[in-house]
Amino acid sequence: MITTDICIIGAGPVGLFAVFEAGLLKMRCHLIDALPQVGGQLSEIYPQKPIYDIPGYPEIKAQELVDNLMDQIKPFKPTFTLGERVDHLSKQEDGSYVITTNDKTQVHAQVIVIAGGLGCFEPRKPALEKLEHFEGKGVTYMVKNPELFRDKNVVLAGGGDSALDWTIYLSEVAKRVTLVHRNETFRGAPDSAAKVFDMAHEGKIDLILSANLKELGGNGHLDSITLIDKAKAEIKINTDFLIPLFGLSPKLGPISEWGLTVDKNAIEVDTRDYSTGVERIYAIGDINTYPGKLKLILCGFHEAAIMMHSAFKYVYPDQKLSFKYTTVNGVNAF
Amino acid sequence: MINFTVEDKEGNRQQIEAPDDMGLSLMEVLKASEYPVLATCGGMALCATCHVEILQGQDGLGDATDVELDQLEALPEFFPTSRLACQIRISELLDGAVIKLRGEDN
Repeated sequence: MITTDICIIGAGPVGLFAVFEAGLLKMRCHLIDALPQVGGQLSEIYPQKPIYDIPGYPEIKAQELVDNLMDQIKPFKPTFTLGERVDHLSKQEDGSYVITTNDKTQVHAQVIVIAGGLGCFEPRKPALEKLEHFEGKGVTYMVKNPELFRDKNVVLAGGGDSALDWTIYLSEVAKRVTLVHRNETFRGAPDSAAKVFDMAHEGKIDLILSANLKELGGNGHLDSITLIDKAKAEIKINTDFLIPLFGLSPKLGPISEWGLTVDKNAIEVDTRDYSTGVERIYAIGDINTYPGKLKLILCGFHEAAIMMHSAFKYVYPDQKLSFKYTTVNGVNAF
Repeated sequence: MINFTVEDKEGNRQQIEAPDDMGLSLMEVLKASEYPVLATCGGMALCATCHVEILQGQDGLGDATDVELDQLEALPEFFPTSRLACQIRISELLDGAVIKLRGEDN
C-alpha cells in the first residue's frame, strides 16, 4: 500500500501543478493516471501544438509545458502510478480514503483530488438491444487475452486500425473470423487493409462490407448476430464472440459511482474551494463544473492553489495555515 | 447574422439565428442554444459527442478534415453527410442549412 497525504487522479497539467501547490504547504502527493505517461491530453494528443494562453509564455508547446511542470514539482518528490485506472474508493474510519486501481495498486490518502480532464477513454458501444446483457457473455470491446478466442467463431465490427489488426491477428487463432464494416473501404493503414482484402480473397476470413450490426441472439451466451446490408437484407451469422471496435470516447468512468454530483460528464464543485459534495474529495481542471466555468489550463492552476489551501486542514488538523509567498519563503524541497 | 434549422433527436425543428462574424463553431452555437451537446473535448475533434448530420446545405461546408473523418468513421452510427459540429465554422455558407443532432447526449 502506498501512503501519501494527497492522491491526485490525473497527471495532466493541472494535476501536476497541484503537486507544487501542495508541496508549498508541506503536503506530499501521489498521482495516478490511466495513460502510460504524464501530461494527459497535452502529451497524448497534441504534444507539438503551441499553447498561447499560459501566463508568462507568449507561446509554449504542449509537451514543453508538461516538461517544465515536471521540473517545477521535482523538489516535492511526487510519486506516480501510470497506466492504471482508478476503480474503487473506500472511506476509512478516520475519514481518509483508500483508492484501488484496476491493477490492484492501493493508495492511502487523507485527501482525494480528481484532476481527470476529459475522464478516461472508454470503448464506444453500438446501439443494439440487449448489448449489455451479452457483455462478458460473448460481447467484448477489447482483446486482452487472444487465447480466449482459440478455435472459436469471432465477429469483429469496425473499420479502423484496431479492427484490421485484430482481424489479421485472430485469423491465426480463432476457428473463423468475420469482419463486418459499414463501408466499402477502410480508413485504417493501407497495408493492413490490403492484407485483410487478400485474406478474404483467399478464403481465410469472411469480410462483409456495407453492412451494419442489427441484432444479437443467444440464450445466456451470445450465439448469433444479425446484420443488415445496404439492400436492407438481413444476414444471420452464428458466432461465439462479437468484438465491436468503434473507437474510444471520454467518459467519467468509475468516478461516476462515487456519489459525486455529476452534470454532463463533469463534477459539480463549490467555487470557494473546488470541493465536491463528498468530504475530502476535490475536483479541479476540465473535469469540474460550476457557474462560469472555463475549461482552460490556467483556470485549473488557479483551482489547484485554492483547493490545496482548503485541503490543508485534513492533512494537518492541528496546525494553523499561514499563507506565504514563494518570493519571501522560496521553495523548500522535501 | 445567419439562420439555419436544427432538428433534435425527437425530430422537432427549430430555427436558430447566429452571428457569422465571431468565429464561432456550430458546436458552440448549439450549446449556447441549450441543445444537449456534450462536446466533452471542447472542440478538438476528439470525442465526436457533437456529431451532426447535415440534412440540407452540405455543399457549402467543405470537406471534413482527416482528423474529423477518423472520429466519424469510428462511430457506430455514421451517415454520408455526418460531420462534427465543432469543426464547422459559422459562416454565410451555413445559411439555410438543416442540421440533425446525432451525438450521444449523456
